[in-house]
Amino acid sequence: MTRKQRRSVLIGTCLAVLGLAVALVLFSLEDSIVFFYSPSDVVEKNIKPGQRFRLGGLVEEGSVKRGESATVQFSVTDTAKTIPVRYTGVLPDLFGEGQGVITEGTLGSDGLFIAESVLAKHDENYMPPEVAEALERQGVRRGGDSADKPN
Amino acid sequence: MIAEIGHFSLLLALGVALAQMILPIWGAQRGNQALMRMGSSAAQAQFVLLLIAFSALTVAYVTSDFSLLNVVQNSHSAKPMLYKVSGVWGNHEGSLLLWVLILALFGCAVAVFGRNLPPDLKANVLGVQGSISVAFLLFMIMTSNPFIRADPAPFEGRGLNPILQDPALSFHPPFLYLGYVGFSVAFSFAVAALITGRIDPAWARWVRPWTLMAWMFLTLGISMGSWWAYYELGWGGWWFWDPVENASFMPWLSGTALLHSALVMEKRDSLKIWTILLAILTFSLSLMGAFLVRSGVLTSVHSFATDPARGVFILGIMVIFIGGALALFAHRAQMLRQGGIFAPVSREGSLVLNNLLITTSCAAVFIGTLYPLALEAVTGDKISVGPPFFNATFGPLMIPLLIAMPFGPFLAWKRGDILGVAQRLSVAAVVTALVVIAVYAYLARGPWLAPLALGMGIWVIAGALSEVAFRAKMFRAPWEEVFRRLRNLPRAAYGTAVAHLGVGVMVLGVVATTAWQSEKILAVKPGETVNIAGYDLRFGGVAPSQGPNYREQIGVLIVKRGGEEITRLHPSKRLYDAPKTATTEAGIYASWGGDLYVVLGDELKEGAFTLRFYFNPLVRFIWIGTLIMFFGGFLSLSDRRLRVGAPKRARAAPANAAPAE
Repeated sequence: MTRKQRRSVLIGTCLAVLGLAVALVLFSLEDSIVFFYSPSDVVEKNIKPGQRFRLGGLVEEGSVKRGESATVQFSVTDTAKTIPVRYTGVLPDLFGEGQGVITEGTLGSDGLFIAESVLAKHDENYMPPEVAEALERQGVRRGGDSADKPN
Repeated sequence: MIAEIGHFSLLLALGVALAQMILPIWGAQRGNQALMRMGSSAAQAQFVLLLIAFSALTVAYVTSDFSLLNVVQNSHSAKPMLYKVSGVWGNHEGSLLLWVLILALFGCAVAVFGRNLPPDLKANVLGVQGSISVAFLLFMIMTSNPFIRADPAPFEGRGLNPILQDPALSFHPPFLYLGYVGFSVAFSFAVAALITGRIDPAWARWVRPWTLMAWMFLTLGISMGSWWAYYELGWGGWWFWDPVENASFMPWLSGTALLHSALVMEKRDSLKIWTILLAILTFSLSLMGAFLVRSGVLTSVHSFATDPARGVFILGIMVIFIGGALALFAHRAQMLRQGGIFAPVSREGSLVLNNLLITTSCAAVFIGTLYPLALEAVTGDKISVGPPFFNATFGPLMIPLLIAMPFGPFLAWKRGDILGVAQRLSVAAVVTALVVIAVYAYLARGPWLAPLALGMGIWVIAGALSEVAFRAKMFRAPWEEVFRRLRNLPRAAYGTAVAHLGVGVMVLGVVATTAWQSEKILAVKPGETVNIAGYDLRFGGVAPSQGPNYREQIGVLIVKRGGEEITRLHPSKRLYDAPKTATTEAGIYASWGGDLYVVLGDELKEGAFTLRFYFNPLVRFIWIGTLIMFFGGFLSLSDRRLRVGAPKRARAAPANAAPAE
C-alpha cells in the first residue's frame, strides 16, 4: 500500500465513524428529548395527548389520593392551572402536599397525566429550578423556612 | 486556634504556588539550574502546607467546632465519626480543599519521583502544575473559604445531607478527585512539552504511568458512585446518564483513549499531535466537570449549593487553561513531525480505531449533556436528554469497539496479519457462538439481540484469555515451557489482558441487567406473598426502630426459594433528625445470579404498603468488572519498565521476590 492509500483508508474510516456518530446523535436528539412544561404551559401550548414531557409544579394541597393498590393520584399545580396525575409506583421520600415535584410521562386524552416517573428531590429546602421559575412566573414566592415541618 | 493555623497555611500555600508557577519556568527559559530546582522544593512545601490546612479543617469537623461557618452548615455533633470525617469533603468548600490537596500531592509526587526527568521538562511541568494550583487556591480563598468564622457561634450544626451519610460515598469523592486531578499531570506534561518543544517517545513513557494511575482511581471512583446510586437511591438502576455522572465519565473516556494513544507514541513515535491534544482535552473535561458540578448550571443529587460568582470564576479558570493550552498547541503543532508510518491493519491501526470510537462516543455524551444547556440559553426551552438518547448513541458506538478489542493485542506493530489473528481467535469465536446459542436456547425463543450482546462480553473475555494463552504457547508447547513463559510475560501484557477481561465482565453485567431485569410494583398486605424471578417473598409487616441519628420504619420480607428460607430482607425508610430528611434503604439479597432488590413505599390502608420489587440478573458483574479493570491497570503500573522514575538498578531483584506494590 502506498502512503497515499494508507492515508485515504485512515481518513475514510474516520469519516465513516464520524458520519455514523452524527447520524446517531441527530436521529436520537429528534426522538428522545423531553420538554419541561408547567401546568399553564400545557394549557397554553395545547399539548397533544401521547406526547412525552415533564410536568412540574407543586403538589396541590389535599389532592393526594391513595387507593388500595400501588397507584396514586394527585394534582400538580402552578397556582394558575392544575393538572391531575396518576402514578403507579414508589413515590420519592420527600413527596408531599405543597412540595415541588417533577413528573415525566404522557397526557391522556381525558386530560389525566400518566406519570412513568416522579423525580426525587433529596433536600427538603431544595426546589427544582424549573419549578421555581414556573412558579415565579405565576407570581408565587416560595414559603419560608420549612425545616421544622414534619414529613 | 487550629482553624487559624489552617487558614494561615492555606494563604501561605498560595504564595508558594505562585513561586512554583513563576520561578522554575523562568529558570528553564534562562537555563538557570538553581531556579529550576526551586520548582521541586515549592511543590513539596505546597503539599505540606495544604496538608496542614486540610488536617486543621478535619480537626474542626471531628471536634464539632461550630465557630467555623463551614462546619455549622455541614456537620452535627450527633453524627457518627465516619461521617464527621467524610463531611469535610461532603460540601463545596471542603471538597475544593481536598481537590487542591490532591493537586499538590501529584505535584509533589512528580517532584519526588521524577528524578530521571530532564531538568527543564521537570521545571516546566511543575510550573504548569503550580499555575493550576494558583488558580484553584485563588478561587477557594476568594469565593469559597472553608475557614470563615461564624459569629456568634451556634450550639449545634445543621448536619450533612443524610443521603451522603454512607460508607461507599464517604470514599467516592477522594477516589474521583485522585482521578480527575491526576489527569492534570498529563496536562502539565503536554503543556511543558509544547513549551520546551521536545516531543518524543520518552515523553509518552514518562506521562503514561501518571495517566494510568489517574485512570485507575477514576475507574474506582465512578464505580463506587454507581454502586452507591444503586443501593442508596432505591431506583433499582446502576447508571442514570445524569449530567453529573456524565461529567465524570467524559474524562474517563478521554483518559482511556489517551492511555492507548500514548502507547503508540511510546512504541512507534507516531500519533504525537493527537496524543498531546488528548492530554489537554482530558484535563479540560475534568475542569468542565468541576464547572458543571459547582457552578449551579446543572442540578442533581451531586451538585453543591451554588452561587453564580463561583460559576463565573471557574468559567474564567476553564477559559484561561483550556484556551491557553490549545493556543499553545496551535502555535506549536506544525513543528511536530509524524514518526513511524503504519498499515491500516496493524497494532497502531487498531489503537487508532480504539481512539476514534472512544472519542466519538465521548463527543456523543458531551452533546447529550450540554445540549439542554445550549438550547435553554438560545431558545429558553427547557428540555431534558435522558437515557434513551445515550443508549441510542453511545451503545452502537461500543459495538465495533468490543468486536475489535480482542484483535488489537494480537496484531503486530507496523503491519498486521488479520487472517492470522482471526485464526488465533478461532477458539474464542467458537466459545462465543456456543454461549450465544446456549443462552438463546435456554430462554426459548427470546429476542436475538440480548444473547448477541451478551456474546460480545464473552468474546472480549475469551479474546483476552486467548491472548495470554497464545503468548504462553499453551497447548502448543510442553507445560514446563508454558509455565516458564507465563512467568516471564511482562506485567504490562498481563495488565492489558486483565483490564480487557474486566471490560468483558462488565459488559456481561450491563447486558444481563438491562435485558432481563424483572420489576413488580404492588400493594402488599402483611402475610401476603409475592413471586419474582423464582423467589417467593412473604411480607411480614413494618416496625418502627431508632438509629443513632435517625428514626426508621423497617419492613421485613422472608425470602424463600423452592419452599426453603434463604434470607430475610429489611427495606426501610429513614427519617433523619438533622437536617430533617427522609431516605430509602433498599433491601438487597445479592447472589452470583443476580440481586433481589426491594424498596419500601408508602403506607396504604389496612397496614398494606406499596412495595417495589426488582430482580437484577448478574448486576454484580458490573462492579466486579470495574475492579478487574482497576487491577489490570495496577499490574501494568507495577511493570518495572513503566514505573515512574524507576531507578536503574545494577541488578534487578529476582522477579518472584519483588514486593507487590
